[in-house]
Amino acid sequence: MDVFLSEFFNVDIMVKVAPLIFKGFLQTLLLCVILVPIGLCGGLGAMLLATSRSRFVRWPAVAAIDFFRSFPPLVLLIFIYSGLPFAGIRLSPLAAICIAFLLNAASYYGEIYRAGVESVPRGQVEAGRSTGLGAAQTFLYITLPQAVRNVLPELLSNTVELIKLTTLASVISAPELLHSADLARSLTYNTSPLIMAAALYLIMLWPLVRIIRRLEHKLAG
Amino acid sequence: MSDWDRFVSAFLNVNVAARYWPDILAGVAVTVLIGLAVVVTGILVGLGLAVLRSLGNRFANLLIVQAVDVLRSLPPLVIILVIYFGLPNVGIALPSFVVLWLSLSAVLAAFAEEVFWAGITAVPQGQWMAARSTGLTFGQALTSVVLPQAVRIAIPPLTNRTISITKNTALGSAIGVSEILGRAMSAQSFAGNATPLTIAAVLYVLIFIPLVVASRSLERRYAWRRR
Repeated sequence: MDVFLSEFFNVDIMVKVAPLIFKGFLQTLLLCVILVPIGLCGGLGAMLLATSRSRFVRWPAVAAIDFFRSFPPLVLLIFIYSGLPFAGIRLSPLAAICIAFLLNAASYYGEIYRAGVESVPRGQVEAGRSTGLGAAQTFLYITLPQAVRNVLPELLSNTVELIKLTTLASVISAPELLHSADLARSLTYNTSPLIMAAALYLIMLWPLVRIIRRLEHKLAG
Repeated sequence: MSDWDRFVSAFLNVNVAARYWPDILAGVAVTVLIGLAVVVTGILVGLGLAVLRSLGNRFANLLIVQAVDVLRSLPPLVIILVIYFGLPNVGIALPSFVVLWLSLSAVLAAFAEEVFWAGITAVPQGQWMAARSTGLTFGQALTSVVLPQAVRIAIPPLTNRTISITKNTALGSAIGVSEILGRAMSAQSFAGNATPLTIAAVLYVLIFIPLVVASRSLERRYAWRRR
């Protein structure tokens, strides 16, 4: 038991590495603040393209969404970060992360928005148009709010997935929470820093997971 | 050399491809085997937990719900690194592919439990009552009346979740599992050329595109609308 405690819950080591972990935590928060909004907006764009009336827009958009959904995000990130320099395009780790996860997140969010829009009855659109709203106004004020409400649990749980994805940035040595924790682990030969990181992820995401659980029950019931 | 030539020699270099192709292809077997093992273990354990939860033991249910929430909140890479680096220091040394299999199975089991449980609760109460009143025991009602309907409801969301968790086998490259991405990354640094990464990308798409397209049509078939 003592061995277990000193390996996983070593308070001395935790205190010593706390500043490093905290720095990583702030960088992870920064990543989230950038990635979640661009992912949500990108997803909206992807959905609009994938439901376009013109098949020359719709088919490539659907193909791209399926392509990025079948691509492991880590492979995409490695390809962009360490593949593109061979073609003379050298990106900073942050730029590589943003591009890779935007492509991945927009595809998933796009699919969720599409399911949401399809769940809104056609009568709603017809009613909106017949009161004199334009097509764009109907979409913005009638369809989208109901669509988002219907798929809110899925949107939130994809956001949780996106935040969890930021840990992949540690593989390309970009500064974030898991990278700091893994660095601290290799400096101290002890797993406690990783446990600290795990605890911080739990603090960030557990409340969200509880909210999703609530919403799912409310919408299903 | 034109831009196009430079691009081709960096990403579609035939000589590099010929040299490293067999090695990366060997990674496909590893990826597919670990992926299948994760799918089977994760879904069976998830189904088992959902059935356990339907028995209605308050203590067991509290444990299951908390464990599922923790596994839903933790990034898989964190779980993998904790098990991979932590356990050897307390005397349990596991090969890296076992660590990958256990971690991803636990994550999938958590999601599968949630989805199966939602399926079980979505089956109308009347089905239970009808089954019990025809003389079936609780176990019989569960396995031959409720579960078949619950599994049907659970299939579309479960397929999506399973695909996205199976794609995480690529995380094995971070702990030295010699799957597709790991092999491609080392070939890339040996060759000083991005072609191995292109091969890896193509292989992943070949493996997962059919699954993604199949999940899309499954979703269509079982589509259910709220209200």
